[in-house]
Amino acid sequence: MTTGLTEDAPADGTPEADPRPQKNRRRGTGRGAGPRPPLRYRIITVSLLAVAALYFLTPVYWLAVSATKSSSDLFGTFGFWFHDPRPLDRLRQVLTHDDGIYVRWFLNSLLYAGVGALVATLLSAAAGYALAVYRFPGREAVFNVVLAGVLIPGTALALPLYLLFSELGLANTYAAVLIPSVVSPFGVYLCRIYAAAAVPGSLLEAARIDGAGETRIFTTLGLRLMTPALVTVFLFQFVHIWNNFFLPLVMLSDSDLYPVQLGLTSWQGYADRQPELYQYTVGGALLSVLPLMVLMGVLQRYWRTGLTEGSVKA
Amino acid sequence: MKRPTRTEIRGARAAAGFLLPFLALFLFCFIAPIGYALYESVLKTERTGALGLGGETREVWAGFSNYAHALEDDRFTTGFGRVLLFGAVQIPLMIAFATALALLLEAASARWVGFFRTAFFLPYGVPGVIASILWGFLYVPGISPLVELADAAGWEVDFLGRSAVLWSIANIVTWQFTGYNMLVLIAQLKAVPGELYEAARIDGASAWQVARHIKLPLIRPALVLTTVFSLIGTLQLFAEPKVLKPLSNSIDSGYTPNLAAYNEAFTSNNQHIAAAEAVLLALVACVLSFGFLRLVGQRGRDGEDR
Repeated sequence: MTTGLTEDAPADGTPEADPRPQKNRRRGTGRGAGPRPPLRYRIITVSLLAVAALYFLTPVYWLAVSATKSSSDLFGTFGFWFHDPRPLDRLRQVLTHDDGIYVRWFLNSLLYAGVGALVATLLSAAAGYALAVYRFPGREAVFNVVLAGVLIPGTALALPLYLLFSELGLANTYAAVLIPSVVSPFGVYLCRIYAAAAVPGSLLEAARIDGAGETRIFTTLGLRLMTPALVTVFLFQFVHIWNNFFLPLVMLSDSDLYPVQLGLTSWQGYADRQPELYQYTVGGALLSVLPLMVLMGVLQRYWRTGLTEGSVKA
Repeated sequence: MKRPTRTEIRGARAAAGFLLPFLALFLFCFIAPIGYALYESVLKTERTGALGLGGETREVWAGFSNYAHALEDDRFTTGFGRVLLFGAVQIPLMIAFATALALLLEAASARWVGFFRTAFFLPYGVPGVIASILWGFLYVPGISPLVELADAAGWEVDFLGRSAVLWSIANIVTWQFTGYNMLVLIAQLKAVPGELYEAARIDGASAWQVARHIKLPLIRPALVLTTVFSLIGTLQLFAEPKVLKPLSNSIDSGYTPNLAAYNEAFTSNNQHIAAAEAVLLALVACVLSFGFLRLVGQRGRDGEDR
């Protein structure tokens, strides 16, 4: 299996494929300018796409509409239309409820995802580079173990990790979420196949002859040549940590340490007793989703490198 | 074998330095928990007092009794069957949906592509928990405009009923990940040289034939990978049933294997059985994903890149 993944790598070929999409796009428009399919087909195509778009966007639309409502209006008025919209008031209430705990959760999320993804990227870069550039005994064995790590369900690890961390007194700390977040076997995999193709051995040889040390070669040459892969690793890991629910749920009991997702579920859980929490949950959900959705919208245009390899991430 | 040269020794030393930080943390966060779970899973807690009452508790060897307990527990095995059924239905549907969207986007005129691609991909930016909260509101009668519209049309719908709730969860997962899988497939489609389509078209192939006989076989690797990782994701199903549980009586504490393990550890306070269940879950995930990859013949040449 492991070899199956590697086998794909050159085909999806990161670095050589890099300039290709552009060429293809140009070719693509050329294709479109050629004999166009009949109008009938074009109408069917666009209609099907429009129906799909309706499916994907409706819940988001509902969320945006509902975030402007009070709890009683959430229940009492039609969900797909506005009623007494007071978006700014509602959002202010979300942000100030319980001494602004929401803001704290949001910052926690940023901390976990930002710092976690940054460290994960650096560690993956170093390990992937080492696996690609140097020959040493056990190299393939190490790589295969790391690849197996990609296939292990993260939630199956979280529970034993919690048991282990509580033995060590690490449970219910920032570190409990941060430490597991900086390990990205997928990142190592991506960095290795990228570095194998993007870092030419002759360049390294030349740098060595010039008297540069291995660390210096890595930090000046390696990291720069691997930048596209590093961006991808960072983004994947950021989204992965931001979306991770099971790990913080298991590790954290102090609500001051919660990331935003966990906080919102705790609000949702209390909403039976405190109806205004329905409104805060909806508003908070919208706020928490906005930054990432904007990021998605911008990124999906550029986020091509490594996406095929990216299919490695569930 | 010849003796390693000086460069090779220097290289091995540098490689060790670069690998060490990652490997140390990998051992700590991946290997150690697996070992610890195995260790915990063969122990049980026993009270030292007479008749097993009072006194100190201590850990004693339990052999495979925790595994036996987990496998004899109907709720746990039913939960396993449930996620397998879920995967058998939801994964093919989602991958087919994603493939259809990718091919349609390829065929659509350029002006619309950007908007649609963004719209389809957007839900990937919504974390599973938030997606579940969001769809939960759209499922609950009284707040959901969907239920209201269905009522007005004279349909009786119960998204959270015993038979429907699993597929309501499937809908949440499909909503979230179709666009992502689509983007992966598009990336692979873009890597196909345009001449290939050109040649087929000149040979008189219809758009449908090009899709069926050229594009589909070429994106096979991406299809295989998206399937495998959907499979792993499915086995880990947790956030959706956890969030919907308060809204639906049909979701019990062992609705999915993960939920069962979580509840064993945190509600029943039985970490030994929870550990056994986590081990079983990881085992099944590995067997299924390796098995699937073998089945589709992804065993390849050696992993040597250079």
